[in-house]
Amino acid sequence: MNTQAHAEEIHAGASVGTNLAVWIGLVAITFLEVFLAYEELKPTVMLSILVVLSCVKAGMIMSWFMHLKYEKFSLVLLLIPATIFCLCMMFIFFFPEAFRLLQMRPH
Amino acid sequence: MHDVKTEVALDSAWSGGKSPFAIGSKKLGMWLFIVSDTLTFSALLITYSYSRLTNPDWPRPFPIYPAIAFSTTMTVVLLASSLTMVMAVMASQRNDRKKTVMWLVATMMGGLIFTGLHLTEWMNLIFKEHFTITSNPEGTPLFGAVFFGITGLHMTHVMIGVIYLGIVAIGYGRGKFSAEDVEVNGLYWHFVDLVWMFVFPMIYLMSVKY
Repeated sequence: MNTQAHAEEIHAGASVGTNLAVWIGLVAITFLEVFLAYEELKPTVMLSILVVLSCVKAGMIMSWFMHLKYEKFSLVLLLIPATIFCLCMMFIFFFPEAFRLLQMRPH
Repeated sequence: MHDVKTEVALDSAWSGGKSPFAIGSKKLGMWLFIVSDTLTFSALLITYSYSRLTNPDWPRPFPIYPAIAFSTTMTVVLLASSLTMVMAVMASQRNDRKKTVMWLVATMMGGLIFTGLHLTEWMNLIFKEHFTITSNPEGTPLFGAVFFGITGLHMTHVMIGVIYLGIVAIGYGRGKFSAEDVEVNGLYWHFVDLVWMFVFPMIYLMSVKY
């Protein structure tokens, strides 16, 4: 396969039917989230479930709508680990101070 | 004459003179912008999550109507505009200028409806419920700063996206922009949609009024 043909295959993306199926999946997860909001779960449990569902939706949008699934894997390796690393750094520096502040709160 | 190892190295995508990721510089630039903007929104949402969980008196100002009904409709509209953007990118790759512009305009409409609904929801919260950026009638006053800060930054992204879509639609329609420009525009628009997939559940659904 020559380079041009390879590039065309990479950038072809998903069909209309696949994109429509992804869209229906995203709408379904949205309605599931709204349903869960009225289940009166504990805020920590609720937030954890919502963040996981949002990450699933973000993955679907990036993979199909943003074509990351059809790009070269080296691009995925450039973008995703760097983002996760920066987020981990935020957590490392944010949470010790955040928990220290909680201990300082007057009871 | 090179030895085998040098030949392999020269044949590599990283030996220079070609794009190692098989994408153009505009697209790579947009991806790098998206990573940096992801970190901006992540920082805001992480601090919001901390504030939400550690304040027992966090307000719950969102009843099923109008707030949750409006914000759910906004989510579906934004998702629909992502689908029309996908159609625009596909049409541009077929070199179909008329349909590309048509789908780009449909995407702009989605963005404008989203912004209109969002502003209506803001007006309701400000003038009927008396929530402002510094104070609110119940619970911690931090709520207003967090709510208007995060949703305001997202709405700014949507409005910039609508302007960007308009510029690309005109430029592509006149033959000045390429299919790659439409695809790069699509990346930005999908990112705006992606951010809302976190903002909607974390801000609205974590503060519903039972």
